[in-house]
Amino acid sequence: MPELWKLHDAILNGDAKTAVAVTTEALAENVSPLELVQKYMVPAMDLVGQRFECEEYFVPELLLAARAMKGSLALIRPLLVASGAEPVGRVAIGTVKGDLHDIGKNLVSAMLEGGGFDVIDLGADVAPEKFVNAVKERGAKIVALSALLTVTMGSMKTTIQALKDAGVREEVKVMVGGAPVTEQFAQEIGADGYSENASSAVALARRLAAS
Amino acid sequence: MSLLEELLAATPVLTDGAWGTQLQARGLTPGECPDQWNLTRPAEVEEVARAYVEAGSRVILSNTFGSNRITLAGHGLAGKAVELNRAGAAISRRAAGDRAKVFASIGPSGKMLVSGETTEDELRAAFAEQARALAEGGADALVVETMSDLAEAKIALEAAKSTGLPVVACMVFDTGRNKDRTMMGTTPEQAASELAAYGADVIGANCGVGVESYIAICRRLKAATDRPVWIKANAGLPELVGGKTVWKMTPEAFAGFVPQLIQAGASFIGGCCGTSPEFIRAVAGVIGR
Repeated sequence: MPELWKLHDAILNGDAKTAVAVTTEALAENVSPLELVQKYMVPAMDLVGQRFECEEYFVPELLLAARAMKGSLALIRPLLVASGAEPVGRVAIGTVKGDLHDIGKNLVSAMLEGGGFDVIDLGADVAPEKFVNAVKERGAKIVALSALLTVTMGSMKTTIQALKDAGVREEVKVMVGGAPVTEQFAQEIGADGYSENASSAVALARRLAAS
Repeated sequence: MSLLEELLAATPVLTDGAWGTQLQARGLTPGECPDQWNLTRPAEVEEVARAYVEAGSRVILSNTFGSNRITLAGHGLAGKAVELNRAGAAISRRAAGDRAKVFASIGPSGKMLVSGETTEDELRAAFAEQARALAEGGADALVVETMSDLAEAKIALEAAKSTGLPVVACMVFDTGRNKDRTMMGTTPEQAASELAAYGADVIGANCGVGVESYIAICRRLKAATDRPVWIKANAGLPELVGGKTVWKMTPEAFAGFVPQLIQAGASFIGGCCGTSPEFIRAVAGVIGR
């Protein structure tokens, strides 16, 4: 029997190699994939989030943990799907039109994947129609918009308008973030949620997916 | 007398303010590569540089912040890196004449090392190419700025140092409860000691969450290093009013923080996002030259 706490610690320490090795071993010995996720992996990511909140962890630790989580999930997800368990939700994420900055977006994308979301990464400088298509044709239930430049924040509003014009605004939740973005701005443009950092973005996406 | 000794004979040295917003006022559209204007609209770029010299800047930067080939690739301009940097440095040099020194700008790649989006070798090659071209264009010194990742800052710093020019290295402190760490978690003390160890001639902080928060950062940098300290702070945080980005801090309010920056040990003072030649003029009034 593999020592499953090692999976928890590997994720907490951002050690993808060990996380994958322990997961492989556990699955080979018929440990329930759902148990791995619920008892070891999700609690580890929650602890990562807490450490980030209290400034024990910063972006590098966050990213490494998310990658370890993703490595394990890649092995587990096919089994979960086969057993009929649904992913937490499908998110279409991108940096809005006119903005080429993708560090923040990539970070949130990695954290969402680590949090069990099915993420469609549309890249940077994404036209509003592409978000609309991701909702219409690929079934995204959450649209996550990122901007770094103050001058491109307006593209968030344009994107939300495009979702309305396409008649799909009611089918999705829109979350926004990025250095110049604030809670107040998010409300003004009619977004459903704002998060200040990549860690709280996961909690926000979970709330939005459940509502 | 070396360039830095000459400048530091009278401190604080007034540097410049933001460039992007000045270019937008001259027609740059969101999403367009500002650095490309070094080749396509050089007259407008020179106007911005000249406006800062007129406002009293003794040091001006250059319109080359995003001119490393990794960032340029996002605009399909990677092959233009050398040309853009040479032109950018030369434009600032022309505007500066003998009234100001040109500290040419080197910004971050926009890609993360820790996630594997880029590699140390890729960064080393890109920054070396940029630094060389800036030196060829006539830069008097180089500024590695707006860095969040100490590892990337050190690579850019080494590349800049290899030109033989004096080098300023500064990072953005905008993260955490007290907004006193870089996005990657680096403290001012860590930044100061590591950047000094890698040969930075001047150490500093730029951008961030507003000038008031950089007073304490300045004090901590000063305490952690024997190098002169460089501060280029933002005019607070922007607000969106009726679809337009507005910086509410006035030039006078910004300049009002300058005495505290001087007291905290800043040798070079200027502005970053939200500032303009008017801000530099107001700071010049406070400094008294």
